[in-house]
Amino acid sequence: MELYMSITIGVLFTIGVYLLLSKSLLRIILGTSFLTHGVHLLLLTMSKLKTGAPPLLGEEAQSYTDPLPQALILTSIVISFGVTSFLLVLAYKSYQKLGTDDMEKLREDTE
Amino acid sequence: MNNLLIWPLLVPLLTAAVLVLFRKKIAFQRWVSAIGSIAGLAVALVLVAQVKQNGIQTLFMSGWAPPYGIVFVADMTSALLILATALIGMFIVFFSIGSIDNERQSHFYFPLLHFLLVGVSGSFLTGDIFNLFVCFEVMLISSYALIVLGGTKLQLKETIKYVLINVVSSTLFVAAVAYLYGVTGALNMADLSVKVAEAGQDGILNVIAILFLIVFSLKAGLLLFFWLPGSYSAPPAAVIALFGALLTKVGVYTLVRVFTLIFNGDPAVTHTWIAWMAGVTMIMGALGALAYRDIPRILNYNVIISIGFIAFGLATANADALSGVVFYLLHDMAAKALLFILGGLIIQAAGTGNLDEMGGLLKRHPALGWMFFVTALALAGIPPLSGFPGKLQIITGGFAGGHYWLAAISLLTSFIVLYSLVRVFMAAFWGEERKKLPLDSDDGKKRSLSGFQMNRPGLLLPAAGLLIIIIAMGVGAEWIYPFVEQAGHTLLNPAEYVQAILKE
Repeated sequence: MELYMSITIGVLFTIGVYLLLSKSLLRIILGTSFLTHGVHLLLLTMSKLKTGAPPLLGEEAQSYTDPLPQALILTSIVISFGVTSFLLVLAYKSYQKLGTDDMEKLREDTE
Repeated sequence: MNNLLIWPLLVPLLTAAVLVLFRKKIAFQRWVSAIGSIAGLAVALVLVAQVKQNGIQTLFMSGWAPPYGIVFVADMTSALLILATALIGMFIVFFSIGSIDNERQSHFYFPLLHFLLVGVSGSFLTGDIFNLFVCFEVMLISSYALIVLGGTKLQLKETIKYVLINVVSSTLFVAAVAYLYGVTGALNMADLSVKVAEAGQDGILNVIAILFLIVFSLKAGLLLFFWLPGSYSAPPAAVIALFGALLTKVGVYTLVRVFTLIFNGDPAVTHTWIAWMAGVTMIMGALGALAYRDIPRILNYNVIISIGFIAFGLATANADALSGVVFYLLHDMAAKALLFILGGLIIQAAGTGNLDEMGGLLKRHPALGWMFFVTALALAGIPPLSGFPGKLQIITGGFAGGHYWLAAISLLTSFIVLYSLVRVFMAAFWGEERKKLPLDSDDGKKRSLSGFQMNRPGLLLPAAGLLIIIIAMGVGAEWIYPFVEQAGHTLLNPAEYVQAILKE
């Protein structure tokens, strides 16, 4: 299972980096989403995939799943959700004001 | 256990929460901001006094004993940085009241500023590496909003770059935390320190250490500073003063914390990287400061030089260098805030940020001119001002640690700092008096510090306050030294830090 997860993570990172390197702002934002998804899966995989037990630890628990990664991922998802929505609004606003979403053109105008 | 540790977060958080509710009432916003920032300063003073008296203070959230749960830790380094943050936050609130236009003030400027202080204080206090990520995000998201607030073309362009860089580096941060958790099974920094030492720092742990180095260097502007000069040119002077004084320093603090506490096992790898990065950063920052002829860029490259210099102290990592790092961090926070405030005022007075288009301001603005001159001397490290003691200690430590080249580079760049700032002073204040140009903030081309609304004489008062602090830090270095030495001592002996948290 870890192997499949690693491959998935690799694919997600590849797509994310590819999109980050494109010119269109919207594609770049999607790229950051892919990257964060990849990293969340990485967090889950790195803390070992365990199944068959609840994430609860009683006094006499025989086995349990580590609940911490889920908590971390949840926090991180919330943060990336907020940042992505901010980025989308920012992209929309800059498209309105600057008249382009092409990163090359945005750079030229600054000089 | 000490509940005081949560107050440096709670005070700005409550202030911001109240201010969000009353967006339109500008007078109310100003008063509550001022009161909140003064309260924050009082809390910070008490915290420093307690740490001085009773040693390292800890707070276990919800009573979860470490290594479970989130801990807050205040050793002397954290406490002093909290004090500096509160102090600078207060002066910048005062400066913002007069210098930020009403349009921005009625669009959540002050709440965002206080949220930023929450994130900064949290990053200094937390003893948990994932919580550090969360505090970073609180700080960064506030900074995204502050940098774009006003919505000029230049701001929009620079914000896109700034946000993207930080989103990518935050992603890497989470990845680094994931790897570290996979290898050690710990998130508590004290626990990590023990576990990394037990496992022996080699192979995979060194890779993780370098990943952390990249992440924090991106935030601090150490070597990976390509985003900094542009992004820090866009927003109003008060915001840049806040960023230049606090944001990059948080990155530097985390570098210091992580590489003295957790990844201290293999300095031949990690600290050599840091040393190279420090040297290159100083040289490139110096070149940048010489190359440009507009004020925001010159000041931004000065930020980069000082980051490189502090990293030099971290790379040396002996007793002298580490207490020097703490002293220099404190000095640099105050001095950079002051420098950007004065830079903003000069641009306001001249109507332009371009050195070739200004001159002769000394006749109309003598106080401003001489304050800028003294700040330039302090930044270059001329005694008896505040830059000198820290610089002396870091360079003494550097010689003792055998980093002769880095010491030479840092002495040389000190001259360049002085030269670049005195050049600004001469161009702006000497020579023939020129007509004031109209401040044009929205053509997207001119890199002016936009957003000033008025020419209040009171704007010099916060700057004067910071200047007094800088002089006092230099003259009273003897009195500050015990605090700084205690901070450096804990950094040098991470066992003390670990002991305070995992005592049972």
